[in-house]
Amino acid sequence: MRTKYFLALTMAVLLSSGLLVFANPPAGSGSVTGKVTYTGTPPKMKPIDMSKEPSCAKQHAAPITTQDVTTGPGNTLQWVVVYISAGDQGSSAAAQAARYDQKGCQYIPHILPMQVAQQLQIYNDDQTSHNIHPLSKANPEWNKSQPPGSPPIDTKYDKPEFIPVKCNIHPWMHGYFVVLNTSHYSVTGEDGSFDIKGLAPGKYTVTAWQERYESQSQEVTISGSEAKTVNFTFKVLPY
Amino acid sequence: MTLKKLAVTFVLGSMALVTVGATSVLAQSHINLPDSNAGTVSVETQQSHIGALTGHATEGKNLYRRYCIGCHGPDGNGEGMNAQWIDPKPRDFTEGIFKCRSTPTGTLPTDEDLFNAITRGFVTTNMPQWRPLTPQQRADLVAFVKVWSPRWTKEKPGTPLNVPPETPVTIESILHGRQTFQRLECWKCHGPQGHGDGPSASTLTDDKGNPIRPYDFSSGSRFMCGVTNQDLYRIFMTGLDGSPMPSFADVVKPDEAWDLVHFLRTLQPLKTQEASLWQTYKAAHGADIKPIGPDAAAGAQ
Repeated sequence: MRTKYFLALTMAVLLSSGLLVFANPPAGSGSVTGKVTYTGTPPKMKPIDMSKEPSCAKQHAAPITTQDVTTGPGNTLQWVVVYISAGDQGSSAAAQAARYDQKGCQYIPHILPMQVAQQLQIYNDDQTSHNIHPLSKANPEWNKSQPPGSPPIDTKYDKPEFIPVKCNIHPWMHGYFVVLNTSHYSVTGEDGSFDIKGLAPGKYTVTAWQERYESQSQEVTISGSEAKTVNFTFKVLPY
Repeated sequence: MTLKKLAVTFVLGSMALVTVGATSVLAQSHINLPDSNAGTVSVETQQSHIGALTGHATEGKNLYRRYCIGCHGPDGNGEGMNAQWIDPKPRDFTEGIFKCRSTPTGTLPTDEDLFNAITRGFVTTNMPQWRPLTPQQRADLVAFVKVWSPRWTKEKPGTPLNVPPETPVTIESILHGRQTFQRLECWKCHGPQGHGDGPSASTLTDDKGNPIRPYDFSSGSRFMCGVTNQDLYRIFMTGLDGSPMPSFADVVKPDEAWDLVHFLRTLQPLKTQEASLWQTYKAAHGADIKPIGPDAAAGAQ
């Protein structure tokens, strides 16, 4: 009887601790928000000529441009991934698959952050074939064709890496998979702002990654459910 | 200075010159193996298994120094002394990415794949065939190729793609293959007539950014990864990793793949069963055949 009770208690403790570890990482309500801006003259983004692919060209009223240095009003920088690179106290597993679309011969979103081992689904919404060719180094590199109407490609990455993605058929198509070890990340919007939520009290390193320029990091300490502000400035060159 | 002294100086001087020359030759053939913390399999332990043969990297290292170093380089990264004159560039073994595989895209090739590649050479490149080497020597080289990349420690070769028995060569098969060629947009790179001159052909680069040409079927040359219909089936189903050629394994069913093989054979100026069937059909139905390319796609819409 006693042994049984003891066993049940042990089981209960084990289960709850298991739940604590796997379902509830130290949840916090601290946050890091801020803006990413630039100084200097940014390069002009080049218009893309899609005339060789009429089914895509007709989806764009105005010609679209390259996106590697996308700026907004007030010298803000879009498509910068800001993430916790050190001090992370536990990340929750991603609830949803990361979704990557090929639409109008463009990658949407241009920069797709995801977690290690998170499900990644790649869709072809176009009336033309694409080949998805992520140029990974740390992860195995593959290259797959996806004709119109094909089911989504279902995959994942096991190691953190910044992976350029290209389509060899449409050489202007260019994007990034940003595979991170943390669930605490944010991509800057048109206004250059980011917002990393759910941080427990502690000391963190916040890193901002931009596809063309060197990454930048700052230290930040969060106590209680503090909302800290951190801003990043990238020095850009016109070429 | 006496004549004797002059002679001694001359002899000593030429000996010094010979020594310098010999040292520089030795320096060129020195192999810089990956350092111990690179996570690679050591040259002492790496092996290859091809049928009943077991290759040893230690033996392969000596063969590499003699036959391969000129192009693939002392660092195994494809930057040997001859590399600057060569296009396409020699393979960089440190990346562990290989074009001719029997395994799915993104996976390592089998030892047999590497053995076949060394044996066959790559007819469209500067890589000759190495049949003059004994099978044992080629197996040793395969083992040595696998000491450069840490991928050989962490990953296993992929499961070879199953190539089902070839379907009969019929005009229906060829016509269906032709539709598949249009549907998969092979012509975007390989051209509507398979001349390697599609609209995207001039923009293609390999993983290192070097320009690369799609295969021109009208050249009639052997394929990069073999000569048989089975080889051709494997080329487009596995893709040529590191190049723009993707894998079609997820989007083409085996029967369709054989149809495509039969059609691709009609693009080559070779006396094949496929070509003669196609010529007969073209003579009878020439006017009804829709051209391949963007116009046909527009017509379909």
